[in-house]
Amino acid sequence: MAKVLVVTSGKGGVGKTTTTAALGAALAQSGQKVVVVDFDVGLRNLDLVMGAERRVVFDLINVVQGTAKLSQALIKDKRIETLYLLPASQTRDKDALTEQGVASVIRELRGKFDWVICDSPAGIERGATLAMRYADAAVIVTNPEVSSVRDSDRIIGLLDSKTEKAEKGGRVEKHILITRYDMARATRGEMLSIEDVLDILSTPLLGIIPESQEVLRASNIGQPVTVASAMSAPGRAYHDAARRLSGETLPMTIPTERVRLFEKLFGRRAA
Amino acid sequence: MTSANAVQSRQSIRFRGRSFVAFVLAPTLPLDSWLNELDRWSRTSPNFFANRPTILDITSLPREETEIAGLIATLGERGIRILGLEGGEGADFGPTLPPVIKGGRPAGAGNADAPCQGSADADAGRRNNEPSSLLVETPIRSGQSVVFPYGDITVLGAVSSGAEVVAGGSIHVYGALRGRAMAGAMGNNGKARVFASRNEAELIAIDGYYLTAEDVAPDLRGRPVQCWLNDRVLQIAGLD
Repeated sequence: MAKVLVVTSGKGGVGKTTTTAALGAALAQSGQKVVVVDFDVGLRNLDLVMGAERRVVFDLINVVQGTAKLSQALIKDKRIETLYLLPASQTRDKDALTEQGVASVIRELRGKFDWVICDSPAGIERGATLAMRYADAAVIVTNPEVSSVRDSDRIIGLLDSKTEKAEKGGRVEKHILITRYDMARATRGEMLSIEDVLDILSTPLLGIIPESQEVLRASNIGQPVTVASAMSAPGRAYHDAARRLSGETLPMTIPTERVRLFEKLFGRRAA
Repeated sequence: MTSANAVQSRQSIRFRGRSFVAFVLAPTLPLDSWLNELDRWSRTSPNFFANRPTILDITSLPREETEIAGLIATLGERGIRILGLEGGEGADFGPTLPPVIKGGRPAGAGNADAPCQGSADADAGRRNNEPSSLLVETPIRSGQSVVFPYGDITVLGAVSSGAEVVAGGSIHVYGALRGRAMAGAMGNNGKARVFASRNEAELIAIDGYYLTAEDVAPDLRGRPVQCWLNDRVLQIAGLD
């Protein structure tokens, strides 16, 4: 049974695309068939983070408008057998997305994959509402600061009222993923605490991704952080989050960079 | 060819009835101090009237066409556009003033995102002549607005920052109140109160009198509070 997951936040720059790529790759590494879909029409980024930017021929808009077949637009990942990307168009804008078109693309993807992960654009306009429209589950990416949390709260309200599932009386399964969590700043009280964020959003926690240079490094080399540095703190945190999405129960921890330091010390000595 | 054109030109015209909810501004004399008070309110709630249909209640104003036109222009400078006049029955105004509108009723439920809460329950309640109240069991999220003009609203969860609860009667919030709570919103209800088990409200209002977060003593934040109206002054006190 395929599951459509939207990665959303309201606010921009909190880590939706990083999260989509990292969770998609982690789920695919466990053998499940995964497609990541870029809904940020006009400002596409997911192709870069996935390292597929030089292989984009057709895109989501072509498929929505029927000028390309889905099989022509899907890009297979070079490293993970079961991971695919459906890129967004860079030359068009969100008005090119139609509700019926998106519905039919999602329906077709449901038939081919175990997970359909939709990378939502920022905002609450057309692109974002269509990205969440057909979702069964949602990962709400939140930074531990007030503006991000309030925007996430707004998005949760939309997930509960404007999705197809909600309109039919159902409930979209919602998960909070706290990203860019800075342990040092948190202990100094310069960030909202995890408890405060969860209290305000009253939604279950999927994981806590620590702030790390590894995330930027991974996106610079065009790989999801769960592939580029699976053992780094954010890599491990995303792997744990992906396992929780698949239904496993794991203790909630905030991985630290210690392992990485360890690797460095011994890695150098060996070389 | 001509006959085809003739057929096309007979387009049918449909008239449909629709109801809309409008805000009613009721200026009182002296106008200068009323306008000052309006400006003070606008500073704390900028753009409150932007794109909101607004009706001018002229009951307590002199029926002078030029004076009313002047007031409408003054409001226009503040971004408030008047689409009709209320309370001017029988007055003979020229075509330059907005039309006089009759048959206004107290507002019904209106809602931004969330499905319209409560109006069906409430209508049923009123038919049975029962006191009516609205119970909201889910948190009220930022951007959502729950309006219940017929009685009390009880919220079991939190009211988020950027959300609003508007009740004709009292408001009870058992979670944290972080957004806006407006009780006694339909007027003539000085008995309405606001109760919150944790006060972090952006704004609390009763019968149009309001307090913003800045007006509330810092030691009342994060605590259970109640808020009531005492001789046109909004009072707030801890409940613990």
